Amino acid sequence: MSKINFLRPDKNNLNTFLYLGSLLFFISVLDVFLNSFFNVNITGFLPTLLSFVVPLVIGFIGLHFIRIEHSGYKFLDSLNKNINTNGFNAVLSLLIIFVIIKATPPILSWFFVDASFAGDSKDVCSGTGACWTYIKVWFNRFMYGMYPNSEQWRINLSFISLALLGSVGYFATEKFKKYLTLYYVVIYPFIAFLFIFFFISGGPVFFDFSYGIIAAVISVILGFFIPSRFKFYYFLIVPLTIYIALKYFVFYEELIELGKLDGLNWVETGAWGGLSLTFIISFFCLIFCFPIGMAFALGRRSDLPLIRYISVGFIEFWRGVPLITVLFMSAVMFPMFLPEDFFIDKLVRAIIAISLFEAAYVAEVIRGGLQALPRGQYEAAKSLGMGYWKMHIFVILPQALKLVIPGIANTFLALVKDTPLIFVVGLLEIVGMLNLAKTNPEWLGFAMEGYVFAAIIFWIICYAMSKYSYNLEQKYKTER
Amino acid sequence: MNFKLQKIVPQLVTVLAVILVFGFFSYNAQVNMENRGIDFGYGFLSQESSFDVQFSLIEYDGSHSYFRAYLVGLLNTILVSVIGIIFATILGVIVGVARLSPNYLINKFAAFYVEFFRNIPLLLQIFFWYFAALRALPLPQDADAMFGVFFLTIKGFYVPAFVWENFNVFFYSIVAAIIAIVVIRIHARKVQENEGKQLPVLWISIGLIFILPLLSFVIGGVSLSFEIPKLKQLATTSFIYEGGVSLPPELIALTLSLALYTATFIAECVRAGIQGVGKGQKEAAASIGLNPNQVLKLVVMPQALRIIIPPTTNQYLNLTKNSSLAAAIAYPDLVLVFAGTALMQTGKAIEIVSITMLTYLSLSISISILMNWYNKRIAIKEK
Repeated sequence: MSKINFLRPDKNNLNTFLYLGSLLFFISVLDVFLNSFFNVNITGFLPTLLSFVVPLVIGFIGLHFIRIEHSGYKFLDSLNKNINTNGFNAVLSLLIIFVIIKATPPILSWFFVDASFAGDSKDVCSGTGACWTYIKVWFNRFMYGMYPNSEQWRINLSFISLALLGSVGYFATEKFKKYLTLYYVVIYPFIAFLFIFFFISGGPVFFDFSYGIIAAVISVILGFFIPSRFKFYYFLIVPLTIYIALKYFVFYEELIELGKLDGLNWVETGAWGGLSLTFIISFFCLIFCFPIGMAFALGRRSDLPLIRYISVGFIEFWRGVPLITVLFMSAVMFPMFLPEDFFIDKLVRAIIAISLFEAAYVAEVIRGGLQALPRGQYEAAKSLGMGYWKMHIFVILPQALKLVIPGIANTFLALVKDTPLIFVVGLLEIVGMLNLAKTNPEWLGFAMEGYVFAAIIFWIICYAMSKYSYNLEQKYKTER
Repeated sequence: MNFKLQKIVPQLVTVLAVILVFGFFSYNAQVNMENRGIDFGYGFLSQESSFDVQFSLIEYDGSHSYFRAYLVGLLNTILVSVIGIIFATILGVIVGVARLSPNYLINKFAAFYVEFFRNIPLLLQIFFWYFAALRALPLPQDADAMFGVFFLTIKGFYVPAFVWENFNVFFYSIVAAIIAIVVIRIHARKVQENEGKQLPVLWISIGLIFILPLLSFVIGGVSLSFEIPKLKQLATTSFIYEGGVSLPPELIALTLSLALYTATFIAECVRAGIQGVGKGQKEAAASIGLNPNQVLKLVVMPQALRIIIPPTTNQYLNLTKNSSLAAAIAYPDLVLVFAGTALMQTGKAIEIVSITMLTYLSLSISISILMNWYNKRIAIKEK
């Protein structure tokens, strides 16, 4: 019979230690488990402080016993390698296991077991759990803000059609693949802008929306007959021209008066809100901040000193101040800078402010990509006789932008996470709506549920975006 | 000639555009202010402010000037930023190192922490702590004492106050200890470079920093007593703690969420930094006979810090700027006191917003200058 060596378990007395160690480890986990799930304390006969530490000590000894190198059992080896390399790691692993076991019952009971889902008034929420009824009742407000219930289909329709239009890239056949960039850079933002701004606002501007759609359709159809070398310029100019022509030569007031057309109800931007506003603001800021940021990134790398100084000043100014003061500026200071009878909607002001702010960050990210390109790329392009713009559009920017996809995605994530700040200018997106609902006298005391709900939504959006950007990065990674 | 023109024309056009925009704005501002009867100027800073601030580090009430109110806000902003930076750094380094742990559970736990707190807007986190989590704390009369002296209640966190006697002697003793430690470090480095001996600098430093202040208690006549907060009844149902130092719940919620949020980013910087040091470096260091501690201190850390510092600076800047979210939960920081209350009272929108923005700009620039200086010091010195 081999001597039991307590300090150094090894292969020779493997079975003794394996059974003993597993038993001790099992007892320690069982103790904590019973304690937290069934409120039974099997070490209750000990003094309080001791019974708190006992599972840790027992588990530690157990893990020490089963820490046997090259035991021959695959599972045991991988267990030891991963959570049980030495005493310190064993204690940390035990602590984490205990924390997870301890935290599970209260979280489960708050979220599901004791929570109330049914009903539509506060009375059903008498339990200790969460009151999801509150979220259910206020769901529309959290999603659409003060947007009238009967008109909410417009928001839904816009988002669904934009999602469908956005997914065109997946279904495009080989023949149309080469136009995709053009589509995503020019046509799609144009249509999205029309949809979001004019369709959701409704009122007389609804006709702007119809003209815009007509313009987009006409220009796409005509586009097939344009030689491909002019296509880019064509799509840059023609849709807008048609749109403006339609807008100024068709008099929609007369159409309305004639009773031939019935516009949508006007919903002012102050009533927009909830999660949909988060999407709207993020979207606009993205399409505005990107070109501005690109311009300033190029400006900062320019050979012309004055342009460089102005770009540096712009970038450093916006990066140096917090967004909240920028929004303050757009709320109280910006109106002073405009002619007196000139009024800009507060949503538009907020979008301008956030776009300029994020543009500075985008500029720095893009500059990083520009700097990372080897000089040879510039020289090669120049030696082919390309000018400044040709060189940048066809050689430098495509490579630089590919390099900075993760940075751009991070900036965009920051932008989405910054949208709740628009409470400063009096717009209420989802967090703002939560704060409003929280003070409703009929629904006092459910702050926790609201914030947890919003946190889950934001977490899903941001996590999905970061995973998507990671995939994008992998896809466009080119070996160099 | 043509070549020169190509360079000059775009610059001229840009400058003209900038001048035009600014001119347009300032012209409109003048017209608007004239119409509304507001005059431009910073004279209001010396006027009496006549509003109160709940929490201030310096003496302040309504009879002080607007400039004093500005200082109160600025100091509160700096307070939150400094506390936040300290906690975020500690937590971030721990989590960053944990992300690299070979222990599966620790690794995943740290990853979960980072992914969880990073993807939720900071403002939402602040609201959560302030309106939901801290509101669940007990009322002052029901609060249990932690270690008998700390009271965590819904009205704030009450801690004992230090009552010093001869504080300056104590202070000078600490300064002396720090100077002595610096001198000893320089000396130890010289000894190591010349003779190859290693002095136990760490133990000497720890000894100095404890013994000198202790001596000041024994010899210098310094004495320290604690003022423990005591429950006091204001009305039949209203209680409050008196004495001691009270940290308002706004401050707690703000520093907590700032630290938890920023720590996730610092953790990623730390992880990237440590991963950026090649495995060969550690092996080479070990093969010339350094022990694991020396490997970490002399080989890995100096190289990792070079990668860690620049992005971490950015995070410190972000934290400072994010501290302006305080305005959302009524913590009296610069934005709330100055750009909020003072602006409402005076109506001097342009002056106040410009001062606030300039203050944040100079805060950001000073932090980045400081960190650039540090970064330069530890950067590779190429021959």
